[in-house]
Amino acid sequence: MAGKKKSKEEPRIGVYICDCGVNIAGIVNNPELTRYASKLKGVVLAKEYKFMCAEPGQRMIKDDIKEHNLTRVVVAACSPNMHEETFRNACKEGGLNPYLFEIANIREHCSWVHMREKARATEKAKDLVRMAVAKARLLEPQDKIRVKVKDRALVIGGGIAGIQAALDLADQGFKVILVERSPSIGGKMAQIDKTFPTMDCSSCILTPKMVQVERHPNIELLTYAEVKEVDGYIGNFKVKIEKRPRYVTPDCTACDLCTQACPIEVPSEFNLGLGARKAIYVPFPQAVPLIYTIDDESCIGCGMCKNVCEPEAIDYDMETEIIERDVGTIIVATGYKIFDAERKEEYGYGRLSNVVNALEFERLSSASGPTGGKVVRPSDGKTPLRLGFVQCVGSRDEKVGNLYCSRVCCMYAIKNARIYKEKHPEADVYIFYMDIRAFGKGYEEFYKTAQEEYGIHFIRGRPSEVLENEDKNIIVKVEDTLLGQALEIELDLLVLSVGMEPPRGAEEIQNLLRISRGSDGFYLEAHPKLRAVDTLTEGVYLAGTCQGPKDIPDSVTQGSAAASKAAIPMSKGEVEIEPLTAVVDRGECIGCRICERVCMFNAISIVDRKAHLNEALCTGCGVCAAACPTSAIQIRHFKDTQIFAMIEAALKED
Amino acid sequence: MGDARFEPKIIGFLCNWCAYAGADLAGTSRIQYPPNLRVIRVMCSGRVDPSFILKAFAEGADGVFVGGCHPGQCHYVAGNESAERRIKTLYRLLEDLGIEKERLLLKWISAAEGQLFAETIREFTEKIKKLGPSPLKVALEEVKP
Ligand SMILES: Cc1cc2nc3c(=O)[nH]c(=O)nc-3n(C[C@H](O)[C@H](O)[C@H](O)COP(=O)(O)OP(=O)(O)OC[C@H]3O[C@@H](n4cnc5c(N)ncnc54)[C@H](O)[C@@H]3O)c2cc1C
Ligand code: FES
Repeated sequence: MAGKKKSKEEPRIGVYICDCGVNIAGIVNNPELTRYASKLKGVVLAKEYKFMCAEPGQRMIKDDIKEHNLTRVVVAACSPNMHEETFRNACKEGGLNPYLFEIANIREHCSWVHMREKARATEKAKDLVRMAVAKARLLEPQDKIRVKVKDRALVIGGGIAGIQAALDLADQGFKVILVERSPSIGGKMAQIDKTFPTMDCSSCILTPKMVQVERHPNIELLTYAEVKEVDGYIGNFKVKIEKRPRYVTPDCTACDLCTQACPIEVPSEFNLGLGARKAIYVPFPQAVPLIYTIDDESCIGCGMCKNVCEPEAIDYDMETEIIERDVGTIIVATGYKIFDAERKEEYGYGRLSNVVNALEFERLSSASGPTGGKVVRPSDGKTPLRLGFVQCVGSRDEKVGNLYCSRVCCMYAIKNARIYKEKHPEADVYIFYMDIRAFGKGYEEFYKTAQEEYGIHFIRGRPSEVLENEDKNIIVKVEDTLLGQALEIELDLLVLSVGMEPPRGAEEIQNLLRISRGSDGFYLEAHPKLRAVDTLTEGVYLAGTCQGPKDIPDSVTQGSAAASKAAIPMSKGEVEIEPLTAVVDRGECIGCRICERVCMFNAISIVDRKAHLNEALCTGCGVCAAACPTSAIQIRHFKDTQIFAMIEAALKED
Repeated sequence: MGDARFEPKIIGFLCNWCAYAGADLAGTSRIQYPPNLRVIRVMCSGRVDPSFILKAFAEGADGVFVGGCHPGQCHYVAGNESAERRIKTLYRLLEDLGIEKERLLLKWISAAEGQLFAETIREFTEKIKKLGPSPLKVALEEVKP
């Protein structure tokens, strides 16, 4: 070190080693680590404590800063993603700039992953602490940047979760833009017949909420629309929304004369192809907005609808509209899609006419459905008197790559079995299950009643084969694992209880918002327990089944939770964001323009032949710093010198 | 080579949003891997200056691992692409220095891929063990007094 200039003042570092109960101390030899830390260069004190994040631990830091004149603090504990903010606040309250603090992650990156190698885990912990201390010596104070937050939110997806989130925010006085891809809001809940466990009619409880959305003065509803671009950051997102042409203006009075005139029939998406709709249509009678849509893929342009439309609402020249909006926060509520049962070939879906999926069954069972609520066999229109449900189709199934439980299928199958028995007490109804998961409030009771009072046959076993006989009846081969008996059961109709999967387009939204997805494909929350509706992108929140399978009560709860999270920065009107931007040393800059070229955010321009940074646009990614040939650009808190110090410390003892 | 007791030192530069979070998840899920990695957190893999990697080798690292987000998922749009471009050009330079290119590994690991993170480190550590100590480290130690 001789020859190196001494900085004005030697830093005075306090190191705190957290036991985290036994989580760290049970593996890493913490007393030894503490002794080791106390001898490192610049360290004036090192202490071990059982829970540094608890109040006494934080108080210790605050008191020591004052008492021992600490100018840097290092905590060896859990991941910075857990408690960096906690300890920064403790430093701040102790009078130290919060950026003069560094974490050594000795839990997630050490004790928890080297549980059988205690001695080596201790050696590694020493290295990690030495690296953190080396960086701490060179840390510099930073001030958080304050940015204004627009008091307007974007909600993507108009299922029940998105509806709830939009209404809650709008009721608090925030402006909301609700973007829904299909012609109407409502999502899957609009397609369901009745809902477990209360057996309310689904659309009866949903429709009033949909109408509220439409009437709410604070909600701008954009249907038949998708988000195409998102720029910016919390408080100041710029979004571009593409609104497809419906070819029908809001002058539409929903008189329905056009559909009567339209000569083209296509399968209805809302009824999953079980009924037909016209080329000009509303997906269902309670649709919001109640404006017809011409589907340009099937329309032949005959003009019949235009001829009969009294309010002259039909406009063939309507074009795709690009709508730009500035918003402060974004809630993702894009829902799910049902598992495609054709992927389970052995169940015969798509091949055998009397095998349907559960959502199709909901439509058959619904009074507003294609059969007026009369469940019939697709092959001959007869009422089935022997009905079966196969559980876990596409869930808990390694073969199709879905390890998770879809959480609703047990309950909706029991629900539909009960509804069917109520309509046809003489029918034989079977449920083929692996185990019944009735975990919600009132769910177990609902299941018990189905077993005891409805006479539904619960058969524990996954069908091995599903065949069809000459009458188009379905033969299910299954081993009853409780009785150890191989069974062959003849049925009139078989319903597949399909699970949930991430919806089409999940990846595009993921990339637009730079959020993550779990191995199950659903969006990933910032923390599985403590930040269940946040994402790692600040200002972006999750609601409903886009985050993972859930039922309606949980989707609604999460919709409200996401709304109240989004309301926090919007009601404050201002947030503090990390000041970790680039900085240019004009003296070192040679004006080569490489940084200007590599910056993805247009944050760098050349002024007077030197790089000039627009801090508001800089995200601190560091691509410019890595490219700069003279190291004239640095990233605050991640400077070359700081990282070099960590590299040296990692590979050499002091 | 092939000294069974040789324990390589590996430096890992992990982006905050994906690879670092993936490493955290390996921890929360208690997935075990060998304790040879020393992690330096950066905000984006695009921050990894080639000089960081060269410095690590010059200081005696036996392997360097750079972990970032999957293509299209970088928190800063495309920092991972510039990391990839840089590292590709760096391989040539390493070979000129006599450092086998297997000693530098770039891999995309998402915040949800704790298992993949642990497997990656396990395999990389094994590979470096087989290669033995970094030739640059050996050479530097020889010239030292
Ligand atoms: C057969 C069946 C029966 C069920 N029965 C019950 C029951 O009885 N009780 C119960 O509690 N739960 C039941 N459920 C579960 C219930 O359907 C869900 O809990 C609920 O619908 C989830 O609502 P959501 O808003 O999260 O998603 P969704 O209802 O899927 O809504 C998502 C919305 O977002 C839109 N969208 C998607 N991507 C985009 C995009 N990129 N841009 C814009 N918009 C987009 C979609 O068009 C859709 O309108 C059942 C599920 C099934 C499959
Ligand atoms: S943030 Fe992970 S690579 Fe850019």
